[in-house]
Amino acid sequence: MYVYDEHDRQMAAERVEQFRDQTQRALAGELREDEFLPLRLQNGLYVQRLAPMLRIAVPYGMLRSTQLRRLARITRDYDKGYAHFTTRQNVQLNWPEIKDVPDILAELAEVEMHANQTSGNCIRNTTTDQFSGVQADEIADPRPYCEIIRQWSTFHPEFAFLPRKFKVAVNASEHTDRAAIQVHDIGLQMVRNDQGELGFRVHVGGGLGRTPMVGPVSREFLPELDLLTYLEAVLRVYNRYGRRDNKFKARIKILVKALTPEGFAAKVEDEWSHIKDSPTRLTPEAISQFQGYFTEPDYQPIPEVTETLAGQRFENREFDQWISHNVDTHKKPGYAIVSLTMKKTGTPPGDVSDRQLEQIADLADRYSFGEVRVTHQQNVVLADVRKDELFELWQAVTPMGFGTANLNTLTDVICCPGGDYCALANAKSIPVAESIQRQFDDMDYLYDIGNIDLNISGCMNACGHHHVGNIGVLGVDKKGQEFYQISLGGSSHHDAAIGKILGPSFARDDMPEVIQKIINVYVDNRTEEEPFLDTYRRIGIEPFKERVYA
Amino acid sequence: MPDLITSDGSIRHDEWVVVPRPADGESLDVPHQPALIPADLWLAGKEHFEDRDDIGVWLDSHEEPEILAGVANELPVIAVNFPKFSDGRGYSIARILRERLHYRHELRAVGDVLLDQLQFMKRCGFDTYVLRGDKDINKAARCLNFFTQGYQAATDTDVPLFRRRAS
Repeated sequence: MYVYDEHDRQMAAERVEQFRDQTQRALAGELREDEFLPLRLQNGLYVQRLAPMLRIAVPYGMLRSTQLRRLARITRDYDKGYAHFTTRQNVQLNWPEIKDVPDILAELAEVEMHANQTSGNCIRNTTTDQFSGVQADEIADPRPYCEIIRQWSTFHPEFAFLPRKFKVAVNASEHTDRAAIQVHDIGLQMVRNDQGELGFRVHVGGGLGRTPMVGPVSREFLPELDLLTYLEAVLRVYNRYGRRDNKFKARIKILVKALTPEGFAAKVEDEWSHIKDSPTRLTPEAISQFQGYFTEPDYQPIPEVTETLAGQRFENREFDQWISHNVDTHKKPGYAIVSLTMKKTGTPPGDVSDRQLEQIADLADRYSFGEVRVTHQQNVVLADVRKDELFELWQAVTPMGFGTANLNTLTDVICCPGGDYCALANAKSIPVAESIQRQFDDMDYLYDIGNIDLNISGCMNACGHHHVGNIGVLGVDKKGQEFYQISLGGSSHHDAAIGKILGPSFARDDMPEVIQKIINVYVDNRTEEEPFLDTYRRIGIEPFKERVYA
Repeated sequence: MPDLITSDGSIRHDEWVVVPRPADGESLDVPHQPALIPADLWLAGKEHFEDRDDIGVWLDSHEEPEILAGVANELPVIAVNFPKFSDGRGYSIARILRERLHYRHELRAVGDVLLDQLQFMKRCGFDTYVLRGDKDINKAARCLNFFTQGYQAATDTDVPLFRRRAS
């Protein structure tokens, strides 16, 4: 994992002092609210419905146990003893005091963390696949490139006041996309060209929100050394020509659409031709220096455990299900990737207490080289677990509430904080998630209906990624009443698609039953082994409509 | 024009005035003192100003700095207007003037120029700043230098941190 050097430490410290000064000037009335706004947003600080909210960056989802423990302490000392894992691999505190934020940032800087650019009209945290570096089928480890992008985008002097927020995601797996790159402002798919050289296929102009779009390809192959100059060209074109007159039309996807993807790509190529060979061009030495931070941990030869594991699975059905659902194949024989689910029914998806943060830290130290990854599905991954310790780990996590074997199933809901916390929300989302989780509490039934992405957002801003849920739920406000609109057929993976709206929205109390009807249509129509999305794609939306609105 | 801040944070007084764009049908009224006029109008009537060395231009945030290609260095001062501090186009304009058009003379930030953006402006090639009137000019020096270094190459440095680390 990346470790700060003296340069990073110095800039982090200067940033804290800068924000302390800005906060003092704001509290003293020297900065108007509208002037302080972008400054505090770019330090992660929102002012929310009930209290301020601080969004802390977890660059590409990686956290060390020491950082988890510091987060736990911060939630105790400055907040109400819990934090929230977001849908963009970040962590949020829901109840800090504005005056305390500089101190919180200083505490974070001590453990090489920050809240830089986690909000505001700037380049946000770069996200990637939570299985980076440990899965067998990746082109290369994307994390060094994520860190390169993080540093380039941090305090970039030209791009601190973009028309709107800007999100970059990187994916390196050939067959899966856990980073949802095609619904980002820039999605980078690592590829090799015919000569075997490493590079990226670049998607620009994807996104969710009011105008959901799958990002078209602006460049089929971008050599790795050209990564930053090309990003700079895209950002410059966006900064100059993106709309600033209407916040709902200000994302880059609108510009790409207005210029056509071809026209946009040509403009970027033209800009790029001027800066391609500028000093911003990466060097092989720089890339290998960054790669040096993401070397393999000290893997041990693990004794063959297939038989023992099989025995444990045979004797313990719940363990067996946990292995089937929450444990993934590791590139190293003898190791496994374990996802801890933060989706226990009755707890808002992604919420963790201070004690749980410390428990996760302890688990990381004991079972996974002291590191974890946060996922955009709001779960936590232990990426390097010895197979001969899986049973012990399972026994440890079950009482903690992280062992629910529902990864990627219907109850592994992606859900924004919604109207319970968020000032932007039109409707609550957490109670909807909970009522659906209760409706589908029979694990056998849940496994029978298979992997289904259920994504819930409390408003158009789509923090719950509802457009790309196989089943998407969007909270809407109708004359002061909360209603929920359903869309079907979305996907955030390689076959990215925006869901189609089913029809008129529903009251909250009806939601579990409506979802049940949708599942019933699937079960009645599926062929053997056919997942929900495939059935939907085969039979279309009509049969669902007929049943739900009958 | 109010006092001017320079990149090292010192404060200087000068006489340059920004001449607003005339309304449709009106003609440009150029005062007998150092004046910054709309860049396109200067281009259109360049020959009228050849006997004066105290005429510069200003660009608004939606304008293309490329219109000054080949002639930028005839100007002693180019100003870029920030209609609102949150309009970030001026940063790109400045870099293009410096790095693509190789403009060497004074590049001035005018308009809604506040303290907390000064260092970004400096990094993008501005070397003088007209702070909005209600802001404390004595705090400018500190704000211009909050950070002792940056990660990126920009107008101020050709050496991004990844190259400094490697050397």
